[in-house]
This record gives sequence, structure tokens and C-alpha cells, in this order.
Amino acid sequence: MAQNQSARPLPHASDLTRPYWEGAAQGKLLIQQCGQCGKLRHYPRYICDNCHSFETVWKESSGRGRVHSWMVAHHAYHPAFAGELPYTLVTVELEEGVRALGRYAVPTGEGLRLDLPVRLRLETVAEGVALPLFEPRED
Amino acid sequence: MSLHETAAVTGVGETVYQRGATRPSTALQLEAALTAIADAGLTPREIDGIIPIGITGAPAEELATNLGVEELRFSALTPMGGASSIAAIQCAAAAIAAGLCNHVLIAAGRNVSAGAKAGTRIHQMPQFHLITEFELPLGSVAPAQLYAPMARRHMELYGTTSAQLGEIATTIRAHALLNDNAVMKKPMTLADHQASRMIADPFRLLDCSLETDGGAAFVISGAGPARDMRQPRVLVSGIAEGHPDSPSAITQRPDMTRLGIVRAAPRAFGMAGVTPADIQVAEIYDCFTWVVLCQLEDMGFCAKGEGGAFVEGGRLRLGGKLPVNTHGGLLSQAHMLGLNHVVELVRQLRGQGGRAQVQGAELGLCTGFGDMGDGAMAIMRRG
Repeated sequence: MAQNQSARPLPHASDLTRPYWEGAAQGKLLIQQCGQCGKLRHYPRYICDNCHSFETVWKESSGRGRVHSWMVAHHAYHPAFAGELPYTLVTVELEEGVRALGRYAVPTGEGLRLDLPVRLRLETVAEGVALPLFEPRED
Repeated sequence: MSLHETAAVTGVGETVYQRGATRPSTALQLEAALTAIADAGLTPREIDGIIPIGITGAPAEELATNLGVEELRFSALTPMGGASSIAAIQCAAAAIAAGLCNHVLIAAGRNVSAGAKAGTRIHQMPQFHLITEFELPLGSVAPAQLYAPMARRHMELYGTTSAQLGEIATTIRAHALLNDNAVMKKPMTLADHQASRMIADPFRLLDCSLETDGGAAFVISGAGPARDMRQPRVLVSGIAEGHPDSPSAITQRPDMTRLGIVRAAPRAFGMAGVTPADIQVAEIYDCFTWVVLCQLEDMGFCAKGEGGAFVEGGRLRLGGKLPVNTHGGLLSQAHMLGLNHVVELVRQLRGQGGRAQVQGAELGLCTGFGDMGDGAMAIMRRG
């Protein structure tokens, strides 16, 4: 946890995940792809669960997906988020077949339903750190 | 070989449950351990296996040192969050059946009033590192927020309602009022539940378990020796743990409305040789109301999606067909990581359930849920 208890918790990239965060900072959602069999996986892992290869490439997501589920936060479990209430997190099934969690553009979650078409944008929250944000799109 | 009725729970113990305890978690853990060991008719020196539960108590070595254990022959960890205490029974039963040790102490102590809250504690656990990196920065901090999407999807797919979750909360509160060692003392109506503030939609305040302090412990011994020990024998008839697909992140789980217990249940019922219809009392891990409903489905008490209707009409109340959480559970007795569910089941099967006794209870089950979906369950029988 951060030393400053009220500071927003930020991701600590590892060698495994650094390409993801570097991509995010450039506005791209990168998904790991097995360099051997081509299977996509998210969140990042060391090996492919299909063929067990260590070879990895990164593929840019189209950012298009559909809502799988959501949560509307009305209580802050960390002081950094108290000023943002309410806020909504959406679980999105991306076209590529993996899921991403992100903020929803409508903080109250109004209008959400299963399979709602959404589009990704990466929102800069701190210097060099961008997090997924989803907004509704035309089908 | 099978672990079917090779082990028994021979001693149980709890401290007073409260908020704002002044004693450290290890002291609470030791007090509960001494109570459980005495309940079994053993002396602390006779304990030769230890499985500590949770991240707030002391490790096995420290417990053994304090207890003056003569020879610690077996220790282990079962790091599955709220499923740990029942996974520990499986671990203990296996060790005893293999002849590694005789009497295994399983104990936890918590003083969370003085320490880190749930939203901080889970990020100290290595199995949460992907959540800490990818979901915490978005504002998915605490279990209520991590689990809410599972409940939301269930509600959208199957029409499960907040009032049905409230039925679970009010039932368990009514049971807590029969328990002098329950933290919550006031009745709760469905209207109270529906009026309670939203925490992580769809979870309201009264859908969420308590943050409380205390200690709980129990002793697992071989079925043979247990016949001649101090208390009526409670046998472990069926036991299993199960893990969901994508155990590290709910977000990535193929079906987020199914928990790991869906894998454990057929093995536990098969080992016990009974079906859900045979169960007379169930102590079901209740960190959130919806988790009770989902486990009922996943264990086969009703079909997937029918849990909402199943919990209605007083079925889970004392006097109903399947009394659930007769002690008040994590929702209204205390959050004791599910050790209190084990303690309560044992008391029920001994006939020591007090005002919440299910008449004639001889067969029951208890479950654990934790770490984003891990599950474990134990079916126990008096005999």
C-alpha cells in the first residue's frame, strides 16, 4: 500500500505486466497473446494455460465489447475514492474474448444492462498511469 | 482410501465476540484454543498438529510454544480465505488418516478493530496480487466491491431480487437473537434491510457481514479415539474443497455466478453417501447474503437461478425445512472466518444448540467461501 494513506492506490508494474501499463499510458489496451498457439489471456500471466509456452506477444484490443456485469460504489473503502462516490465499475467482455474491468462513464451506472455495447477509452489518472474507462456506443 | 468418517470434531471453543476488543488477536486465538482443547477432554500438551487460520493470528510455531505442545508432528496452512477453516478439516483428516498425528488444533484470532480493515487485509494476501494491480486502482478495494458483480449478473440473468437477499439477512438476524454470544442484538425486518444504505450495489449495508473481534478453535481427532473422548462424537462424513475456473480474478471467470463449491459439493455428498434432501441443518458461509444463495444453488439444494425463490417463505428459518446459520453467521453473530460455522454445526449435532437447537439434528453441513470463489464444505453426523 502507498505510504500516504489518502493517495490513490496506483498499479505497481512488474516485468510481467510492464508492457500492459506502458501501452495503457499510450492509450492502448494490450492483451497478452501466446507466441506459440495464439491463445489470448488477461490478466497477464507467465505461461499459456493451453500449450504452456513462455513466448508472449502483445495484441492491441479493439476496445469494443459488451457489458458482462457491474457494481455501483456508494461507500469508499479507501479514502482516495471518497470524493468520487458514486462511481461504477463495469466488467466488459471484449470482442477478443477476454474481459476487462473499467470505470463506467456514467458514475451512477444509469442505463446499464447486460450486453450493452461499450467502447474503451484510457483515462490518465496520474503521471504515466492510465486506467480503462468504458462508455456506451452504438451497436 | 476415503476420508469418510475417519475423523471427528472432538472439541470446540470460542471467546466472547465483540467490537473493540482490547486484547491482541493471538491472545484471543489462544483463549479459544484452550477452550476447544478442554472441551475435547485433552490437555494442550497432547495436541500434535496445528493449522492456524487467517492472516491475523499467530503461526503454528508460536501457538505450539504458548501451549507447551510436547511434540508438534504436523503443521500446515490452507490459505483459502473464508474457505480455509473447512479446507483445514480436510487437511487435518488426511494427516490423521495417514498416521502423521493424532489431534489437530485449528484456530483463529482476530482483532480487526485495532488493525487493518478488510479492504486493506485482502491486498496483503499474495493470492490477490492481480486484483491489487489491476482492480484496486479502479476503486475495487474491498470484498463487497469485488463480489457485487457476481450478484448483479445473477440478478440480471435470473431475476433475483434485493428483497430475496433481505430474506436471508432477516432470517440469520432472527437466529442471532437466540445466541447470547452474537454481536447483533436488535431484530431486523425486511423493511430495515431495504432501507439500509447502499454500499456496493446490489449490496446494502445489511447484506454485508460484520467486522468483529474474537477467537474460535476446534480440534480434529481420529474417529476411533473420538469414541471415548469427552463429548458426543461428531464424525466428518464428507469433506471437499473446490476452486472456480479463473481462481485469481472474478472478472475473468467464465461463469461468475458459480463458486468453487460447485466442484466440492458432489465429492462431499458422494463421500458422505447422502443428498441435500437429507441435510437437517446448514451453517453456510455468509460474508454476503448473495453468497449464501449462490452456495445453496451450487450445492444442489435448488437449480441454478432458483435460489431467490428457494430462500423465500421461511425455508431457512428455525422450524423451516432447512434451518441455516442457527448461530447468526458472519452477518449477525460475528465474522470469525467461518470457524464459528463449524463450532455451531458441532454444537447442533451434539444437541448443545441452546435456544437455536434444531430438534433431532443428526446430519448437517457447514461451508466456507473465500478468496474470490474458493469453496469447501463438510458434512457431519452425530454417531
